[in-house]
Amino acid sequence: MAATRAALSLWRRLLALIGGLLGLLAAGSARAVDLPEDKAEALIHSYTGGGVKANGPAFLVRKSILDKVSLSGTYYMDAVSNASIDVVTTASPYREIRHEFGLNADYVYRDAQITIGAMTSHEPDYVANTGSIDVTQEVFGGMTTVAFGYTHASDKVSKKNSPEFSDTARHWQYRLGLTQILTQRWLMSVNFEALSDDGYLGSPYRFARVFGATVPERNPRTRTGRAVKLRLVGDLGNRDAMHVEYRYFSDTWDIKAHTAEIGYSRYFGDSWLADTYFRYYTQNHAIFYSDNATTETVYVSRNRQLSTFNDMALGLRLSYNLRKVPGRYDLKLNGTYEYTRYKFKDFTDIRTGSLYGYNASVIQMYLSATY
Amino acid sequence: MNTRSPARTASALRIVACAAFAVVAGTASSAIAPATQAPDFTLHAMSGPNLRLKEQRGRVVMVNFWATWCAPCRQEMPQLNRLYEKYRASGFVLLGVNVDDDPSKASEVAAKLGVTFPILLDADKTVSKLYDLSTMPSTVIIDRDGKVRYVHRGYLAGYEDNYEKQIRELLK
Amino acid sequence: MTTLRALAGTALLGAMLLAGCAMPTVPTLQPWVKPYERERLADPIMKLSRDALPDKHFEHVRDVREGARGATGFQGGGCGCN
Repeated sequence: MAATRAALSLWRRLLALIGGLLGLLAAGSARAVDLPEDKAEALIHSYTGGGVKANGPAFLVRKSILDKVSLSGTYYMDAVSNASIDVVTTASPYREIRHEFGLNADYVYRDAQITIGAMTSHEPDYVANTGSIDVTQEVFGGMTTVAFGYTHASDKVSKKNSPEFSDTARHWQYRLGLTQILTQRWLMSVNFEALSDDGYLGSPYRFARVFGATVPERNPRTRTGRAVKLRLVGDLGNRDAMHVEYRYFSDTWDIKAHTAEIGYSRYFGDSWLADTYFRYYTQNHAIFYSDNATTETVYVSRNRQLSTFNDMALGLRLSYNLRKVPGRYDLKLNGTYEYTRYKFKDFTDIRTGSLYGYNASVIQMYLSATY
Repeated sequence: MNTRSPARTASALRIVACAAFAVVAGTASSAIAPATQAPDFTLHAMSGPNLRLKEQRGRVVMVNFWATWCAPCRQEMPQLNRLYEKYRASGFVLLGVNVDDDPSKASEVAAKLGVTFPILLDADKTVSKLYDLSTMPSTVIIDRDGKVRYVHRGYLAGYEDNYEKQIRELLK
Repeated sequence: MTTLRALAGTALLGAMLLAGCAMPTVPTLQPWVKPYERERLADPIMKLSRDALPDKHFEHVRDVREGARGATGFQGGGCGCN
């Protein structure tokens, strides 16, 4: 209830700010920002790790209409084959397919860009519908970009082979961002996001352990989190660039997480581009999380996503540009490989009795055509 | 919480209105204004010899500032080329001032776009600074007496119709 | 939620200050990187997010496996043309 009231008053305030922004646009100079360029993208993605295999294609098509609006449609598919530690120790492996459709409209007015998006995701036991709006405004001679965004999502949760189980979840996200050009070669960005969730926030298939016995997990029905991210990008002068970023997250479930990433990109010859990065993530457990609870609490969960763990990832992306005419069309092909190692501090593998850890690999093959 | 929100909304709106005013005020200045003498400059042309603006006195001059990394600039070039071919016999000259750090990129892109008007190289940005460019691309139309008549900032499809109208007017 | 309000106010105040409004004693700041000096910033290598689909996939992978979410960011910088 309190979350909804807070969300509504914040929404009113955000509307006021957007209204003010639109006033700002009306008063602005005769300059304008360009619509995003027309393009078509295709991706094949694959995730393998911890007994889970998820892969599938994704597509994006973007076209501008009458030089005023840019429409884009996306399709994303996830074929999940799940034999993860949870599944294997409490149930039997399964396969399922998730489909996601999205539609976005970008409208440019002078120095501002307004993006409205809708997305729907379907899997046999989970349906999610999302609506979002983002406003980006360039100020200060184009050196500063201010952005506001809002997303609302509404989910329907069900359970396979249990038609009596039906619940809902709602999510709100408020975004604020500032990108500032520092010098001819360096720019930085600060992003802030407040996230709020309401409803069924767990999984009907997951179990917790209390005094060694298996019980269905019990999660709170609200969760509010805040994240702030700082990012610095710089051109190093040799047809290369680097980026550094840090994000801090904390929420009402008592999770505090730090994410740090450092990356380097470099052009080779006329058509090749290589990116490499290292990412480190660490979090502490949610207040009601326990590997094996020794007290009776209102909420209890053994969801390893809420445990104390860290992960380290190393990634490499190679791009090949079959550029034909600058400004006419541009064809790009790239492949990415990311290797991540997850190490849990308070989640044990009950098959072995020791702390759990696993490696994951992400492979992406991507083709994009700009026309 | 709810009793304070109208006050917060009002203060937020006040800040935004102020910012709006500031944006308008901030964009007022520009060294190149219509009815002023166009600052003279000499630049090296891509084809070899130096070219001086003052020597173009008696002709209608359009100076277009562009760069290979600027998408609207590249979009504009074929349109400008069309205008150049159409009116060059009537005393119109188009100077494309390129501001790339690497001039070889300029010749490559100009060739790809089929540009026939002279391309001048301003790699050290002296002329760009002289003309105090506030946008890329920028197009300045100078009359036969060397006076700045029109300044166009940016490029959107359809601007070339405006250019044509103004060139014809000055060629009379 | 107070932090959000504070940050919204700060961002707007910052933008306002940069444009020099309502504070006659503060000297007006002029943009120090001119539109014709943005060659390096216009390079795709300087983009905060280069390819939408791959980035979306990574965000999904991380959202599912990690407790933290959000603040992944917007675009800014770039060519600054038009």
